[in-house]
Amino acid sequence: MSRGHGSTRGNIDRESPDRLYTITGGRSRADVDTFDLVTLVIAECDPSPGMQSEHARILRFCQSARAVVEIAAQLRLPISVTRILLCDLLDSGRVVVRQPARSAPRRPVAEFAYAHPELLKEVLVGLRRL
Amino acid sequence: MDSVGFSAAPPAGMLENLAPLRETVREGLKIVIVGGFGVGKTTLVRAVSEIRPLSTEEVMTEAGVGIDDTAGLRGKATTTVAFDFGRISLDDQLVLYLFGAPGQERFWFLWDRLFTGSLGAVVLVDTRRVEDSWYAIDRLEHQKVPFVVARNNFGPPTHSIAELRDALSLDPHVPLLDCDARSREASKAVLIGLVDHVLALSTAARGTGALAGRRA
Repeated sequence: MSRGHGSTRGNIDRESPDRLYTITGGRSRADVDTFDLVTLVIAECDPSPGMQSEHARILRFCQSARAVVEIAAQLRLPISVTRILLCDLLDSGRVVVRQPARSAPRRPVAEFAYAHPELLKEVLVGLRRL
Repeated sequence: MDSVGFSAAPPAGMLENLAPLRETVREGLKIVIVGGFGVGKTTLVRAVSEIRPLSTEEVMTEAGVGIDDTAGLRGKATTTVAFDFGRISLDDQLVLYLFGAPGQERFWFLWDRLFTGSLGAVVLVDTRRVEDSWYAIDRLEHQKVPFVVARNNFGPPTHSIAELRDALSLDPHVPLLDCDARSREASKAVLIGLVDHVLALSTAARGTGALAGRRA
């Protein structure tokens, strides 16, 4: 018995591109380096009148720190669309992110970079306490 | 369980009450649980998560499809994949997110994004469908992502641990653990096993200067 490669490619779903296009104003790329799935986002202000509703929902949800993936789940929007909306809010100074100081680089690197041993030890302490 | 456009974990929807993180939280970390359909990824996440597992989705437009093999995707506007996640507040500053990710080859586009910056991965194996794990293990080895393999025993295992290691062509250094994903303690032990393994690799890498992360 040995490993092989399956080639099943079925059940590819369709999303509604028109709806997503409208929400993002037609943009297709966000700064992926800024917004990892677990990047923590905090609102710097309250929603203002006339603001795009998705932006307003993010600001209300991020009164305390929230991870990008939580924001996407809450808004029921794909991660990629959520990232674009977050870029808007970051560019206009309405949200800030807490940048990780010690985990592995978020950008793809040639070799996988391990998290620092001190950080891993803290993780172990936390897990053992569960 | 997971599938394209469908997931065992409910979407967050109107969950305005999703418990906030601690005010002192500084950093989000991630571990990816990968495996075939129905192997128990969401079950494991649920067993240790402080929130009910939530579902979210990633969409890929056609323009981004095609780096691999587009034969089965031609004519499709977008590809959507749903995946589940849970959360563990480790201490005042660290919050760990667990992602249940489908391991099938057609979800390859999720992988780079998920694994970049992660602590590592758990490959969850159902011994009745060992072949479901082959692609995930190949991919992790190729990307040099640290991982452990956990045998999920929903029923009596059909392979011994030694047979399973052989069937997976698993490197002798990769930990192979027993697990009942329904059990909080067993699932916790798998996560600890992974982080222990990564700690050994990370410490060794720093000792030799090879493979060291950029932040010393």
